Amino acid sequence: MDATLPAAPAHSAELKHHFDDAAQQMESSTLGMWVFLLTEIMFFGGMFGGYTVYRNMYPEAFASTSHFMNVTIGAINTGVLICSSFTMVLAVRSAQLGQKKAIIAFLILTLILGCVFLGLKGVEYHEKWVEHHVPGPSFQYEDAQYVHQAQILFFLYFAMTGMHAMHMIVGAGLLTTLIVMAARNRFSAHWYTPVEMIGLYWHFVDIVWIFLFPLLYLIGHTS
Amino acid sequence: MTHKVVSVKTYALIFAALIALTITTVGVSKLELGEYNFICAMTIAVIKGALVVAFFMDVRRSSSLTKLFVGAGFFWLAILLVFVLSDYLSRGWLPRPGWWS
Repeated sequence: MDATLPAAPAHSAELKHHFDDAAQQMESSTLGMWVFLLTEIMFFGGMFGGYTVYRNMYPEAFASTSHFMNVTIGAINTGVLICSSFTMVLAVRSAQLGQKKAIIAFLILTLILGCVFLGLKGVEYHEKWVEHHVPGPSFQYEDAQYVHQAQILFFLYFAMTGMHAMHMIVGAGLLTTLIVMAARNRFSAHWYTPVEMIGLYWHFVDIVWIFLFPLLYLIGHTS
Repeated sequence: MTHKVVSVKTYALIFAALIALTITTVGVSKLELGEYNFICAMTIAVIKGALVVAFFMDVRRSSSLTKLFVGAGFFWLAILLVFVLSDYLSRGWLPRPGWWS
């Protein structure tokens, strides 16, 4: 009876027994990560939807606020995030090739660029605080007729960039974990799934900013 | 793993395109184009997002199932935005009937 059973396939330590092979395991991880990212698209989508409705309701008031957005810092931060996505993709590439030192180097670069982004974001938030553009009792607006409507825009600004910054902080924690794992020789050319999955997360956070930047900083800039 | 490793040159080209598009979108925002400012900014943002999804997130080489899920995600987002806007944008298009106080 036992002789009719197929021989159990030899499984490496990385390949969990419920998967046929490494490719299938990778496929499942990728799909699972994308399902998580879809919930993130819906999460940010709700805020983008709210922004669209209010922008449509009060176009003049929203246009007037764009003069108080720091386009220079916003543009530099866009560049910084794109650079960090580039270093992240190079880290994944190094992982595919099994180059341990390169993985660590590119992950550290990505982490540094992420911290630069958060630092510049902090400078911007400080500017808003000094200018009394933080929604709440101390809110003041230069154009008195738009004071209430502008407050809605700044509320959306802090909600959307704040949630984005939260995702960056989480991403920085995940990158730190990856660096420690890489230093402990956990990855090889046969198994580097966490590097690839956290790469997907990092690029997603980059895409959110790619849409936040024009919507919050650029539109209405000329009017 | 199952795929060939992408060359650094390909990634560098996408990176250069993303930086160039960022400079373009800032430049275009300084021009007086009326409502085309919004259209240009969003078109550039969609192109940049698509480049990141296709190349950096490697969806162009992912399985059909993953592509379907990614497409479904953006389709659902489109449903959210289109249905919300079809309400807000169309308000006031028709006159209110007389009995509507």
